[in-house]
Amino acid sequence: MQNDVVFKIGGEGGEGVISCGEFVTLACARMGNEIYTFRSYPAEIKGGYAMFQVRTSHEVLLSQGSSADVLVCFNQEAYDRNIKDIRKEDSVLIYDSTSCQPREGHPEITYPIPASDLARLEMRNYLTKNVIFLGVLSKLFGIDYAILETIIKQKLGKKGDAILNLNFQALKKGYQYVEQNFTKKDPYFVVPQKSENRIVLSGNQALAAGAIAAGCRFYAGYPITPATDIMEFLARELPKFGGSVVQAEDEIAALSMVLGASYTGAKAMTASSGPGISLMAELIGLAGMAELPAVIVDCQRAGPSTGMPTKTEQSDLNHALYAGHGEIPRIVMALSSVEDAFFGIIRAFNYAVRCQVPVIVLSDQYLAQRTATIRRPDLSKVVIEERAKPSAQDMENYKRFRFTETGVSPMALPGEKGGVYTATGIEHDEGCELSYEPENHQRMTEKRFKKLNLVLKGAELYRRHGSEDQEIGIVGWGSSEGVIREAVEKANKQGLKVAAFHPKVLFPMLPELEVFIKSCKKVIVAELNYTGQFAREIRARFGVNVISHTKLAGLPFTPDEILKKLEEVHEQIASKV
Amino acid sequence: MGTDAETMPKPPQGGLNIAPYKTDVDPIWCPGCGDFGVLTCIYRMLATKQIRPEETVVVSGIGCSSRLPAYVNAYGFHTVHGRVLPVATGVKTANPKLEVIAVGGDGDAYSIGAGHIPHAARRNIDVCYIVMDNEVYGLTKGQGSATAPVEMVKGTTPFGQLDDPLNPIAVAVAYDISFVARGYSGKPKELTDLIIQGVEHKGFALIEVLSPCTTFHDIYKPTSQRIRFVDSSHDPFDRIAAMKLAFEKETIPLGVIYKSQRSSFDERIEETKKRAQIKGAGDLNKVLDVFQ
Repeated sequence: MQNDVVFKIGGEGGEGVISCGEFVTLACARMGNEIYTFRSYPAEIKGGYAMFQVRTSHEVLLSQGSSADVLVCFNQEAYDRNIKDIRKEDSVLIYDSTSCQPREGHPEITYPIPASDLARLEMRNYLTKNVIFLGVLSKLFGIDYAILETIIKQKLGKKGDAILNLNFQALKKGYQYVEQNFTKKDPYFVVPQKSENRIVLSGNQALAAGAIAAGCRFYAGYPITPATDIMEFLARELPKFGGSVVQAEDEIAALSMVLGASYTGAKAMTASSGPGISLMAELIGLAGMAELPAVIVDCQRAGPSTGMPTKTEQSDLNHALYAGHGEIPRIVMALSSVEDAFFGIIRAFNYAVRCQVPVIVLSDQYLAQRTATIRRPDLSKVVIEERAKPSAQDMENYKRFRFTETGVSPMALPGEKGGVYTATGIEHDEGCELSYEPENHQRMTEKRFKKLNLVLKGAELYRRHGSEDQEIGIVGWGSSEGVIREAVEKANKQGLKVAAFHPKVLFPMLPELEVFIKSCKKVIVAELNYTGQFAREIRARFGVNVISHTKLAGLPFTPDEILKKLEEVHEQIASKV
Repeated sequence: MGTDAETMPKPPQGGLNIAPYKTDVDPIWCPGCGDFGVLTCIYRMLATKQIRPEETVVVSGIGCSSRLPAYVNAYGFHTVHGRVLPVATGVKTANPKLEVIAVGGDGDAYSIGAGHIPHAARRNIDVCYIVMDNEVYGLTKGQGSATAPVEMVKGTTPFGQLDDPLNPIAVAVAYDISFVARGYSGKPKELTDLIIQGVEHKGFALIEVLSPCTTFHDIYKPTSQRIRFVDSSHDPFDRIAAMKLAFEKETIPLGVIYKSQRSSFDERIEETKKRAQIKGAGDLNKVLDVFQ
């Protein structure tokens, strides 16, 4: 009996593929299992290919798995797209026999379900198709029936008794169809286990909850895939905490509002994706020059330009590092997991207020929309930093940009007597008067960049996994941490000596990263973009060569892909000896 | 910088003491610039209403007139071109107790910043926006702005303007800005009164101020000849009548053109907080419970 199961559900957008996946996810989580999902939406509202992959297990999960154990095809397209990645020997195929014909090379174990016919002819409602499949999965794999009914009631109860009953019947129909027609031939089961203190949520939800925990009380944003749910979550919750959420008319207005709020001392944030962050370039400059804390989240998606709005990529690093003319002091971070989204955004707010700079936080579609089980965050461990406040002595002759040891000047806020000053994007002297003096520009620029050093002293700047005495190093950033870690564990079990280094702060560059790289025989830098952006940064700043491993498919890495690359590099090292 | 209004010597009884609101920074404006007049009217408004410097934020964009915040003893934010309104929205929404005044020129307001005006109007942000209109981009040496007449010949338009001028008052009334007025830097007494009304108005106030540029487009004489004051025969709550005033061709009506009463943005934000907290104030544990 195998209880680490990867379900992959595919079909046409609008058919309920995603909801089916979400119900399976929630049910497995409520049965005490660990879960980890990856979903792919089509860009439009109806039609196109939708996919939901959920992995469930008793052990903590690091990734969504490499290939599906159970492939559920709502239509022919789902079959055609996925069949080459399926393991014929031990995977299971469940398909809608009304609309899908498995061709040569399908798995040995198949369960054909005439779901479309059952939905149309017996349920008299095509939209019940996904719930019929839910019933099928419940009978075949032991997903708790009563729990599924509760979830249906919770999610669809508002639609009224008629709809609710229709769905209960559809669930039963799927369950009974399997009962009457098949004997189980596969080893996969979802087994309940006792679990405590786990919650299941998406990267975006964790980020939004973390922002509230960090003290964020002002949010302005503009809807954009895949960042919109951050705004939706905060629009409902932030007012409960006395905060404000404004749907701005565009992303330029959104960041402008954030800077206005930050100027008054509020912890303020905006979240967008590539196209929106492009618009914000000029305002990032103003934040840097006026030394205003701001948190700017980029949920990256495939680019450039409109790109592939619902697909994942890690190609905005260049922009995060360099957007905006001139040399703008900023911090760039990347979130590496759902749990890190909660704690990482808190660190972002702290860095912003500690250094009085814009902090760009890189997430991506894969992480934003991934749901996973995590330890329920211990709120008593959350530490919130506040800005450097001017002393009474400061206020006697207040200079907003007074030179200090660290470069950080105490920040007066509107309402505070004696602290009046006009923040500006023009170069200014300590007292914030406009200055074009040559020496001043040099000194002020040094001051603004010196502040960034305060980040390097903190904790949680990176994670390191694997062998302590590695030959091969693998560097990743952002949402690929778990996938890389899973591959590194497999590689070390096979006798390779591999360690992974996963920085969470990408700018300023970590000295520890340089030390790690120089201690390996070969280093792979794995990222989802075309030009190897982080590899380039490493080469430029540390003067070392690395192996750039990129993927540009709109999909995340799988553990097996990374393992293959590790094996290849291991071969290269071995053959040179 | 940082003087306290209360510690300044009080003027003889009957006079208005604007000294507490001045800074020791010399304006960059040319002699005769209309913005000097506007600045004095802003000082007079602050002194009349005895608004404390530390509770005032003057927000601006980019341009000659946008340098104004540095000349007022109050908090200020000199932002980037065209973004004064969304920045002011952020300031006022995060701290509604502050008196927020937005200033800028016709370039900042009616070209690059024009896209933000309808939304400031829709939100009815409680900010008074003073636009110093001189029909040119002064700081970049006198190109025609969105309000420039078609015959204007300048460096970038040597054959005259290729676009027709925008009608700011018509635009303001069409966007239903809840307080619309036009003033003139050459008529400071009336302008001060309009600014006071704009600041006291609970909602978005746009005060379009004719503020001629002596260096690049000196139209003091024709302006003085064309202005007329709107009298009590005009009902500012009558939007159609206001639009008719906007379309006047030979004369330029000064005064309150249009007014409407509706809830301001910070009132609506307050309302969302009240409604959200009906079942109690925010509790992070409850937020996380949902994901159990």
